Amino acid sequence: MNEMTSIPTSPKDWETDQEVRWCPGCGDYAILKAVQRTMPELGVRPENTVFVSGIGCSSRFPYYMETYGFHTIHGRAPAVATGVKLANPELDVWIITGDGDALSIGGNHTMHLLRRNLDCQVLLFNNEIYGLTKGQYSPTSRVGTRSPSTPFGSVDRPASPCSFALGSGARFVARGIDTHKNLPAVLKAAHAHKGASFVEIYQNCIVYNDGVFDPFTEKKAAPESQIWVEHGEPVLFAGGAKGLAMDGEALRLRIVDVVDGDWKGAGVIVHDQTNHGLAQMLIDFAPGEGGPVVLGVIYNHPRPTFERAVVEQNAAAAAGKARDLQKLISKGQTWQVEKQPHTM
Amino acid sequence: MTGNEEGNDKYRGDLGMATAVHELTPKEANAHPPAEAIVVRFAGDSGDGMQLTGGQFTLSTALAGNDLATFPDFPAEIRAPQGTLFGVSAFQINFGSTAIETAGDAPDVLIAMNPAALKSNVGALKPGGLIIADEGEFGVRNLAKAGYEASPLEDGSLARWQVLSFNISQLTLDAVKPFGLGNKEALRCKNMWTLGLALWMFDRDREPLIQWLKEKFAKAPTLAEANIAALNAGHAFGETAEISGPLKQHHIAAAPAEPGLYRTITGAESISLGLVAGAQLAGVKMFFGGYPITPASAILHHLSRLKEYEVTTFQAEDEIAAIAAAIGASYAGQLGVTSSSGPGIALKGEAMGLAVMTELPLVIVNSQRGGPSTGLPTKTEQSDLYQAVYGRNGDAPLPVIAARSPADAFDCAIEAVRIATQFMTPVILLTDGYIANAAEPWKVPDMSGYAPFPVQYLESVPEGGFKPYGRDEKLARPWVKPGTPGLIHRIGGIEKAVDTGHIDYAPANHQAMTDLRRAKVDGVADHIPEQEVTLGEAKGRLVLVGWGSTFGPIHQAVRRQRAKGRDVHHVHIRHIWPLPRNLGDLLKGYDKIIVPEMNTGQLKTVLRDQYLVDARPLNKVSGQPFRIAEIEAAIEEALA
Repeated sequence: MNEMTSIPTSPKDWETDQEVRWCPGCGDYAILKAVQRTMPELGVRPENTVFVSGIGCSSRFPYYMETYGFHTIHGRAPAVATGVKLANPELDVWIITGDGDALSIGGNHTMHLLRRNLDCQVLLFNNEIYGLTKGQYSPTSRVGTRSPSTPFGSVDRPASPCSFALGSGARFVARGIDTHKNLPAVLKAAHAHKGASFVEIYQNCIVYNDGVFDPFTEKKAAPESQIWVEHGEPVLFAGGAKGLAMDGEALRLRIVDVVDGDWKGAGVIVHDQTNHGLAQMLIDFAPGEGGPVVLGVIYNHPRPTFERAVVEQNAAAAAGKARDLQKLISKGQTWQVEKQPHTM
Repeated sequence: MTGNEEGNDKYRGDLGMATAVHELTPKEANAHPPAEAIVVRFAGDSGDGMQLTGGQFTLSTALAGNDLATFPDFPAEIRAPQGTLFGVSAFQINFGSTAIETAGDAPDVLIAMNPAALKSNVGALKPGGLIIADEGEFGVRNLAKAGYEASPLEDGSLARWQVLSFNISQLTLDAVKPFGLGNKEALRCKNMWTLGLALWMFDRDREPLIQWLKEKFAKAPTLAEANIAALNAGHAFGETAEISGPLKQHHIAAAPAEPGLYRTITGAESISLGLVAGAQLAGVKMFFGGYPITPASAILHHLSRLKEYEVTTFQAEDEIAAIAAAIGASYAGQLGVTSSSGPGIALKGEAMGLAVMTELPLVIVNSQRGGPSTGLPTKTEQSDLYQAVYGRNGDAPLPVIAARSPADAFDCAIEAVRIATQFMTPVILLTDGYIANAAEPWKVPDMSGYAPFPVQYLESVPEGGFKPYGRDEKLARPWVKPGTPGLIHRIGGIEKAVDTGHIDYAPANHQAMTDLRRAKVDGVADHIPEQEVTLGEAKGRLVLVGWGSTFGPIHQAVRRQRAKGRDVHHVHIRHIWPLPRNLGDLLKGYDKIIVPEMNTGQLKTVLRDQYLVDARPLNKVSGQPFRIAEIEAAIEEALA
């Protein structure tokens, strides 16, 4: 890190002069604010930061961040970001994507980015709908979603973004909610993790899918329907009155009541963010439509990053070899022609 | 007998041209020193090691100082069922003491390792040519697999040719017996026995090959010894066998060549080296994103070994990721390069548009193959010219360069890097399967003769303020590396405002930006050489306009026809888009224009469109390069 990183910034420093063009009331505004609020706390500089996006409502994001930014093509942001990071590993790379962009047209790239473990943050704005193209159902839409392309309701089962990420080999998987106060903390943890950090953010589309997450995002419902996990802490919710315990027989998580704060006695588990099996269970935990839903940093288990491995291998392969273009092109079996040419 | 043969009949009158025994007309004799050239085709099962045999024979031919051209022709299947017609792999080499520009029309010698190889190749053999066959492989089963009812070696059906058959399999087994190999391993030495015989026939030094075998099998000295024994046995067989007649030794004198250091090079090698050289001349690091595809993979393989030249190679998850990552690297300040073949290039189309829109340097190498769709993965074609020039959605012009030979590809790759970095634009470099795989002697250039074209990144706010889409005199926008303080900006695929690069959908702005993008690419024409007449004069009755790997056959055909006194000329275009400034006027100096292409008339269409000239097509899409005779016939017809 160079010394510029120590110059403090304020959220204002991360705002551009561009007019934000999302629909009024869109969850994207809240996420933008959360990111702009988080950046000053990361000790990074705007000029060393690159936001890369694909196509969709969320992908307009880079235009509103006072950083370097690349609004690429549909689904390909992970691939472009890979080139950016390999070319300059010192850059802090953020990928902004949506459910259609990351899991439908760009599913392949998302998988390989996570598998390779490129050091970057992937913020997937999941609104369970195609907003920019006016409301078709998406790969995360629930069965029965009525949309212009599925007037009688969608029939295919949705993908689970976090499960996809974990299955692809992601070493950091987290969930947040657009308007929730915890989002900056999740973003900070994602940034602190060296490697591909995957963050699914439930984002309300006010025009085409309004209220789809209300059962667990509404203030009234929140205590009973949101389980915020934290490494080393018991998995509690409902103000500590409930928790998740392991049903050893059925090999699954179940909700238990906690009496007088005795979570141990109730068998409530302690969250271990390095436990892959537990992460899978927490991600899959969905007892009903209204939740509860597990949120926060679900899995965080770093391993060496792709760009470092590439840089190190390149350096090792090049070590001790001189760069001599003339010699390079003269390689192989050669022969010398001495005489003057005939006239042809 | 076969369709192939009928094809030969058509051009029978010209067949001698590529061969050693051709009798020169007095005029030709005056025009050139006496020609001596021979075409040899090695054909066998795809497991017989024919490409390796051909490659090593090529190397000894080059070391003997002959000029040469080769044509590897192999099946798409990695291990096609043994003995079948579709599993035949062939390697043709044309070499001689004069300038050789094609792999030759009709072979003088066919070495056939089994009945299938004989059947699928004998039709091309020159009448009176020599067949060397391994009779050990002409058993009932192999004959049946090739569709022969009786052995052609015995039933007189090969009477038009000279046939020499001996049991190469058994002779090889005998030769390697002392080394105790298993039968299968021992038979694998057959290709070395055959190569030994070929080296004797053409008076070649075995020593470099022996050295090569020792290195190749350094970890298995027994295999090295066995292969060397097989090689020596084949050579000794030629020397001592008392076979009168056809098997005789030829000595082809070294071809006259400009003094200098030479090596053989394939197109894939020379493109890789040219890209490295280009990046070094530009002073940029190179990022190569690739995805395996025939016949382009070899470039990825070559570059992945050149880390010390600041090359990062990235095998992406697909073609789109390969180009997208290259674009990302270009954005971050390296030279992004990607390469593929037709189907993969089609997948990259949208991303190329992004590079056009964001005005980032990028080199896209297309090793063309037969299409459409999967088409003919291992066969050559030039049918992606439209895709290169006109592909992509929207008005998305980009420069297109075409290499004409393996050696020429080196300079073309440098040229592609120069244009990409100087004009901040993606550039397509067209080669094809023939150029990628074929080898030819290459006079190693003196790198000090290449002028550097260093890249200038913008590193601070210029006078008058920073405009991400401001332009220099070439209309190129500044290249700013993320990480540069004070120059933060955003780019993307949405239409940009002139100068600022902000999102702008205004009608007048899109008109202006479309015009600017076009003018920038058109302006490349001011920074490339004017079109020269490749052979002949700037005026005349007939000109043949070619591009890419048809160079050899067109050039030879024109040369021969000119030697006969015909008013025919050759113009070969390297810069397909934009075309050289003078090309239109040049073409108007000829009465007739023929455009030979391995497609159904793509450059022809571009020329008609650009210059309203009556360009006539001469097309071939059989997956095989043009034969000289085919082009000569077209010249004769046009001038009749």
